[in-house]
Amino acid sequence: MQRIESGNVAAALGVMLAKTQVVAAYPITPQTPLTEKLSELIENGDLAAEYITVESEHSALAVCIGAASAGARAFTATSANGLLYMSEQVHWAAGARLPLVMCVVNRGVGAPWTVWNDHQDSISQRDAGWIQIYVNDHQEIIDTVIKAFRLAEAVSIPVMVCYDGYYLSHTYMPFDVPDEDKVDAFLPAFSYKHTLDPEHPENLNTVTMPFARADRDGVIQPGYMDIRHNLHQELRQALPIFEQIDSDYQAIFGRGGSPILSRYQCDGADYIVVAMGSLSNRIKDIVDELNGEGLKIGVLSVHLYRPFPQEQIIAALRDVKGAIVIEKALSYGNQGALFGDIKAVLYPCAQRPFIHSYIIGLGGREIKKADLYDAIKASCTASETFEDTSRWIGLNR
Amino acid sequence: MDDVKCIIRTSNSKPGPGDAGRTGSWRVERPVIDHQKCTPAKRQKSSCYLCWLYCPDGVISKELEPKIDLEYCKGCGICAQECPTGAIEMVEESSLIEEEKRSHAKN
Repeated sequence: MQRIESGNVAAALGVMLAKTQVVAAYPITPQTPLTEKLSELIENGDLAAEYITVESEHSALAVCIGAASAGARAFTATSANGLLYMSEQVHWAAGARLPLVMCVVNRGVGAPWTVWNDHQDSISQRDAGWIQIYVNDHQEIIDTVIKAFRLAEAVSIPVMVCYDGYYLSHTYMPFDVPDEDKVDAFLPAFSYKHTLDPEHPENLNTVTMPFARADRDGVIQPGYMDIRHNLHQELRQALPIFEQIDSDYQAIFGRGGSPILSRYQCDGADYIVVAMGSLSNRIKDIVDELNGEGLKIGVLSVHLYRPFPQEQIIAALRDVKGAIVIEKALSYGNQGALFGDIKAVLYPCAQRPFIHSYIIGLGGREIKKADLYDAIKASCTASETFEDTSRWIGLNR
Repeated sequence: MDDVKCIIRTSNSKPGPGDAGRTGSWRVERPVIDHQKCTPAKRQKSSCYLCWLYCPDGVISKELEPKIDLEYCKGCGICAQECPTGAIEMVEESSLIEEEKRSHAKN
């Protein structure tokens, strides 16, 4: 069924269709309408879930951790400083291998206080051990929320579905709402292997020695480092599993096919612009214009950011003349986060493109078409050698 | 997807002594019970047991002469703090170890 709604409502409908059993979330701009919609759906009886009200984001995720430990399908959502306030539990959920799904409605991080969009919030959590997916429009939001539950449950690793505050969360677009019966077939009821049971008490993630040791029954149990290595290995396995889940989804709903990276005009391109989120769609217009002027440029949108798709990035960029990374987050004191990741991936390649980096739109700074056009064109036509660091677009100095 | 199988390693375990290793080695001060002052020991009646109740590691036994499992006691001192008759004294572990070494050498 086609509907015209905001991105936040698209996310809420995805959570409803996934038959989520526990929702605990604390409102924060621009995520608030998502939690409001979920409480409305639960109040109306459209979603048979417990909505547990909490006093903070830290508690919101703690409640979801408890719920998932007890075998429930659980969801939360947040933005910016809310995500950072729950950060301790973010790391915990990954180490505890709980298949939660969280929407991060991307917003800049204070100080100074801002409510507007960039990607610094979720990028700052990239090393927490979660799967991170960045989506570009409303249809991708609802589809990805549903797929995220299946992915999280397949690998027992929590998934963040990240989408741009305001650009997607508060704008209205038409999208298809999948049929309930088909979603039920795609995403069966959840059963977690470690379920809390008062009859059979268990210790969950108590202090774990640096070394492997025998448990109560004399069975050798892994130490902390073994458990963390296993998380890393299984995060890497999430790549092919996500591709398979996407292809199952495509077989039922007819949408998908590029869950990890999506390519626009990349075949035969000399230059490729790399971006994440809704910015990728804006860049398509610039690329169309420049292609009309005789350049050969494509857009590569990175959806799956963690685990980082090394092989796919190499295949997409190895043979072009130049890659231009435009992003809304950075590792402060170093360079663009995605830029650094991409350079590292291409380093072992015998033949590799030049890579330029631009930082844009922090804290909602207007992203001007002319600025994008000038930067991309400069990168494709410049005779000078660019510095190996990020240039900032749109500064008002 | 059949060829990829997750092992899912976590630190979940069944409750039992030593789940967190031999934590007795963390101890700086050792609780020593004076049975002349300890209520159940003195009266030879099952009573009080506040030390047993408050011990966060569950290493104190509920006997007429309560015993502390030094293999796992971390020496937090809560039992000494809670004991209403002041029967539990926290004694520096190093001095006790020295004493034990000396008596061992004598024997």
